[in-house]
Amino acid sequence: MTGLPAEARTREGGCLTTGDRALRGLTMFSRFVLALAAAGLISTAAAAGQSAAPKPPANEDCLTCHSDADAKRADGRTIAVDAKRFEGSTHGPMACVDCHADLATLVEFPHADTLAKVACAACHDDIGSQYHDSIHAWAKEKAGLNVAPACADCHGRHDIAKKTDPASRVARANIPSTCGRCHDGIKKKYDAGVHGAALAKGDPRAPVCADCHTAHSIKRADTEAWRLSVTAECGSCHIESQRTFRDTFHGQVTSLGFVRVAACADCHGAHDIYRRSDARSTVSPARLVTTCGRCHADANAGFVQYDPHADRVNKALNPTLYYAGKFMNLLLLGVFAFFGIHTALWLRRAIVARREAGR
Amino acid sequence: MTLYRRFDAVDRGLHVALMASFLGLAVSGLPLLFAASAWASTLAHALGGFHMAGLLHRTSALLLIGVFAVHLARVGTRLVVDRDLGVLWGPSSMVPQPRDARDLIGHLKWFFGRGPRPRFDRYTYWEKFDYMAVFWGMGIIGGSGLMLWFPTVFARVVPGWLFNVATLIHGEEALLAVGFIFTIHFFNTHMRPEKFPMDPVIFTGRVSEEELREERPDEYDRLRAAGRLDQQAVGPAPDWILPAARVVAAVVLTIGFAVVAIIVVTLLTPIVLTFSGPIR
Repeated sequence: MTGLPAEARTREGGCLTTGDRALRGLTMFSRFVLALAAAGLISTAAAAGQSAAPKPPANEDCLTCHSDADAKRADGRTIAVDAKRFEGSTHGPMACVDCHADLATLVEFPHADTLAKVACAACHDDIGSQYHDSIHAWAKEKAGLNVAPACADCHGRHDIAKKTDPASRVARANIPSTCGRCHDGIKKKYDAGVHGAALAKGDPRAPVCADCHTAHSIKRADTEAWRLSVTAECGSCHIESQRTFRDTFHGQVTSLGFVRVAACADCHGAHDIYRRSDARSTVSPARLVTTCGRCHADANAGFVQYDPHADRVNKALNPTLYYAGKFMNLLLLGVFAFFGIHTALWLRRAIVARREAGR
Repeated sequence: MTLYRRFDAVDRGLHVALMASFLGLAVSGLPLLFAASAWASTLAHALGGFHMAGLLHRTSALLLIGVFAVHLARVGTRLVVDRDLGVLWGPSSMVPQPRDARDLIGHLKWFFGRGPRPRFDRYTYWEKFDYMAVFWGMGIIGGSGLMLWFPTVFARVVPGWLFNVATLIHGEEALLAVGFIFTIHFFNTHMRPEKFPMDPVIFTGRVSEEELREERPDEYDRLRAAGRLDQQAVGPAPDWILPAARVVAAVVLTIGFAVVAIIVVTLLTPIVLTFSGPIR
């Protein structure tokens, strides 16, 4: 974290600091005049001092104007900053100009309506580079999709709270709502599905958007790399399902790095996942023929008796597979044991026989 | 040096096709069986990806089925058209017979220096095992493979859980076949001291009189007593066959041993890690 020296933050702001509350009720015009006067004082003081650079404005200076809840700029948009909330936010100890760095050297106030974009990545550089490679950054910066989110759209601006704060927009329980502000359709599906229901019940294990999609390096969900990696994400909770999936052709091909065959979401769905016993589930008995049929065109009732999570060591669930596995193990063991010993004995005898013949 | 025919041109050709198809099936199929290993993914991508590996597997499978069909047709012709019951029983038959049990016991005794080497005839017990293993394998791997190739067709007549069983036995039987051919078969035919580094008979189709007398004395005596030894005599194989056979055998043996080494390392690594504890 960078920050201005403490001196800069606690610096007396001339007459302005004393009259913060008294200023309420003055017209915007008169406040501008005062602000200008203050700026003039500051610049004069700076010029008189040893440093040639103007002293940056303190938070109090900024709040002179920005604490007015009704303050608006020319285009009618509010410029109000709730000082209390800001001070309570995770950035509370910081100076306004730490983020609004272009104002640090400004001498004339009020400043222009449009400021330089706040560069969160100046401090959060690792997250900045993750975001930079994401679909959100691509949409915003390359495709010019203005509604695509940048930092503040998810984290807020002057009220940024740590994700450990339950009130934070990015607290686990609030993530679906935050993403859902844009992805409303997905949010509805998620809420209806098992994962959303579990989250609503307060289950801490319930996956939220960021668990599968990540928070910052969000990729298009139709890329191969993403489709391959998300299976492991499901498997981080559904360990047994992941293990049994890996034993099947679907799982083997997926493991090798190909997406041609089904992985978790292809059968179970992604956001609106329901229990098998739920008629809405894509893997409910009534819908299996349709679901399997999306890849296996002529799938029928017999075909869907295939167990895509068969467990060869589970006698109760997959008896035929269990015994077939046992038989094959015995067959392999028997053949290799017999012929392994046979070959070893033969080799030894053949070498002895050669030596004797050579004598 | 007199040479005697052991395998005719068709059988030799079938064996070459069998080798080619077997290798194609092994390299395109093994990545699936060891899908969790890094080498499997590398190999699958090197083959051109999932689609190409599948194409190679199915093409090789068709070739092998073709080999099997030609062989069955030839055996069938001998049996039905030529009325040669020797196919079913006797020294020219691949069917296991009491003699094979006696030869096995005699061979084991010889291993321990407790008896003479058995006087083998045309087909030894281990050669019959190799041959019958292919029949068994064709049924098991071929049958399960066809099921997995055309699941929706088979699902009209068989229950779906059979595909789970088919997947399992297809892979395990493949492991058995690959492991057996690339170790036991290679040793029995090529690697033992008398033959090392290779026995070219399957490529040339010819054995010398000395080899025949030494290795299969009962066949030699039987043919001579019947006065049929001279009928079996052939001229030397064309010049190109032996050098070509050496190259093919070197390539196939190398691939085979490499595959076995990779399989063994892959299978043993987790066991070794379990017993050695975490690597510090």
